[in-house]
Amino acid sequence: MDSATVFRADGIGKSYPGVRANDDVSFEVARGEIHALLGENGAGKSTLVKMIYGLVRPDDGRMTLLDRPHEPSDPRAARAAGVAMVFQHFSLFDALSVAENIALGMENPPPRRELADRITKVSHEFGLPLNPARRVVTLSAGERQRVEIIRCLLQNPRLLIMDEPTSVLTPQEAELLFATLRKLAAQGTAILYISHKLEEIRAHCDCATILRHGRVVDSCNPRDHSASQLAAMMVGGEMRPIDRSGRHAGETLLDLRDLSLPAPTAEGVALKSVSLSIRAGEILGIGGVAGNGQEELLAALSGEMPSAPGTLTVEGADLSQASPAARRRAGLLAAPEDRLGHAAVPDFSLTENTLLTAGDRKSLVRRGLIDHNAARDFAQAVIAAFDVRTPGPGTAAKALSGGNLQKFVIGREVMQDPRVLVVNQPTWGVDAGAAAAVRQSLLDLARSGAGVIVISQDLDEILELSDRFCALNEGRLSDPVPTEGLTLERIGLMLGGAHGMEEARI
Amino acid sequence: MIDPLSVFLLLLSASTPILFAALGELVVERAGVLNLGVEGMMITGALSGFAVAHATGNPFAGFLGAAVAGAAISLLFAALTQAFLANQVASGLSLTLFGLGMAAMFGKPLEGVKAPPMPAGPFGINWIVWLGLLAVPAIWWFLTRSRPGLVLRGVGENHDAAHALGYDVRLTRLAAIAFGGAMAGIGGAFISIATVLQWTEGMTAGAGWIALAIVVFSNWTAVGVLAGAWLFGGVTVLQLRLQAAGVNVPVQLLSMAPYLATIIVLVLISGRQKYSRRAGAAAPGSLGRNFHALR
Repeated sequence: MDSATVFRADGIGKSYPGVRANDDVSFEVARGEIHALLGENGAGKSTLVKMIYGLVRPDDGRMTLLDRPHEPSDPRAARAAGVAMVFQHFSLFDALSVAENIALGMENPPPRRELADRITKVSHEFGLPLNPARRVVTLSAGERQRVEIIRCLLQNPRLLIMDEPTSVLTPQEAELLFATLRKLAAQGTAILYISHKLEEIRAHCDCATILRHGRVVDSCNPRDHSASQLAAMMVGGEMRPIDRSGRHAGETLLDLRDLSLPAPTAEGVALKSVSLSIRAGEILGIGGVAGNGQEELLAALSGEMPSAPGTLTVEGADLSQASPAARRRAGLLAAPEDRLGHAAVPDFSLTENTLLTAGDRKSLVRRGLIDHNAARDFAQAVIAAFDVRTPGPGTAAKALSGGNLQKFVIGREVMQDPRVLVVNQPTWGVDAGAAAAVRQSLLDLARSGAGVIVISQDLDEILELSDRFCALNEGRLSDPVPTEGLTLERIGLMLGGAHGMEEARI
Repeated sequence: MIDPLSVFLLLLSASTPILFAALGELVVERAGVLNLGVEGMMITGALSGFAVAHATGNPFAGFLGAAVAGAAISLLFAALTQAFLANQVASGLSLTLFGLGMAAMFGKPLEGVKAPPMPAGPFGINWIVWLGLLAVPAIWWFLTRSRPGLVLRGVGENHDAAHALGYDVRLTRLAAIAFGGAMAGIGGAFISIATVLQWTEGMTAGAGWIALAIVVFSNWTAVGVLAGAWLFGGVTVLQLRLQAAGVNVPVQLLSMAPYLATIIVLVLISGRQKYSRRAGAAAPGSLGRNFHALR
């Protein structure tokens, strides 16, 4: 192994009961290299980096860090060896201050005042200003990630692992992140970068290792391949292109006029004078960084949060005060973001879960009694039509993988023939194949004459699906613009730019 | 007719059992564990502390015994919730019932026995009262300034993140639970050894529940716990004085007053608390949730 190699994995394997999470995985990361780890959900990327970070022990294989065997017994040992990691779901402590959060991620933190000074200094050096005394709960997603990054930087890592870091950032914030990563790489840090955003990887990574079903299937220079080639390597076969054809905008179905609602919880967002309309056959995309009112907007549309009379009309009927059940009867259906707990009851079977929203429209309840056969048949129909991989409709919702449950939850609404369907983050945490199926089903629904509102953080998804685009920022909805010819940069500006981030000073 | 200084001294004494138990529970809850067994741990401490003090003739040995016994019974709760991942609310409630029942059974032979005399500390104030007062800044310092305290708060706020950073969630919680048990034991023993001076069945009389309420009331801070304990102690002393002075109010109503006052203040404060998470003063994020790690 030459001295440029910082980290090397040799035949790493890890099994969980019933699953081979990693099998014979080998790759190398060089000094100053941004190395992408590509793969669908469940391809074994997270297990792999958890082993490097000492959270999980490999069953077989060897790891080498800086020419020494790397066998961390826990994350502290990994940190001592020079590995730092930024987690996908931030490993931050909401109620604690920035400085306290950073101290918890360090082996031997300096005294409080000195630490605060160092945080201020390092964060300004990298153009990521942070106030050490702020409580994390008051920070935006981009600022939270800064805390994680500064926590890593203060330890001068040799290998920095980043697990899907840009999924909650605006395009501008992501650019800033890459500027920081390039600066770090230039100083000699090796960076292992996990993502399934292919364009991002093509633009910024020097090398890519592609995982499928826990095995390395390919490695390449991502700049030499197109995004669809990379996707094909990930999925193992060509992706079917999305079919957007055959849709005609018809009459207005849903009209939301000047809707304002106070924040439902202390951490919630108030909706401020939101107006939108959707026509038959049309898909409206609503983009924005999480926590800018997406959940509240969905709740206002689904009926969980009633609004002032006259604010919401569907096909001429005022539904502002109607309950979720009444709205469903009128044809306004919704699929919320949180699959387990909001869209589905984890311990209920799929059959029972269909009853929760489809009871009325599919006549699954007669004279107050459940028609179990009809419910099971409907669940079975959803499973068949949406290719939900499950033993049967009697399976508990929590036993399904995220992608399968998402297909079921979306399918349950789509198959009720809604007039208007509202979905929030329809493909969050869903692998590429299932995501494509979900997106195609939404397009097909629009083609059949329904209106669809897609709320999503995934801007590529919005550009792919929608006819018009609105940005949701701090509870305010922008005027819609046609997605035809819209660039990511323009969208980023509509989303509020970099949320007060300074441009990196190089 | 009511001398403020003597009332204050009585207040200190009346609030001490609750102060100990609530400080212990504060640390437990900051680690993310809800132990509803405070009452059971207090009565265990009251009995075993009294038994040891009686057997050795040394009240301080009694307090030590109470701390050990309180910690021991709390480990039962720790085993249930941390090793077997049992529900914390149910386990805590059964710990209380278990402690009350066991103390009643083993306490029979000690009924009617007098406690050994306790030497007064500086300024004529009981040593254990001093210890309780010193524990307030000590626990404040531990929680807000020390490294182990920071780890403990991290574990209580987000146990998944703490685990991801390599901290031992279960060990931290185990230590916190044992500490909480020891503190509750001392608090209970103060009632039997230093206040009532004998053993009576059920003598903690709900002090453990008030301690639990005070932790919430305090917004999970040591100073808040002191304020809550003094409020309860103060109203207790006041109503005793009013009873002694023969005020024309039914005794039952007066006896109710300390509990009522604590609950009313609690309700008033928690109404406001809902909105104060951004300000950082609220329940630990992982409070009452069991932790299970996949290796």
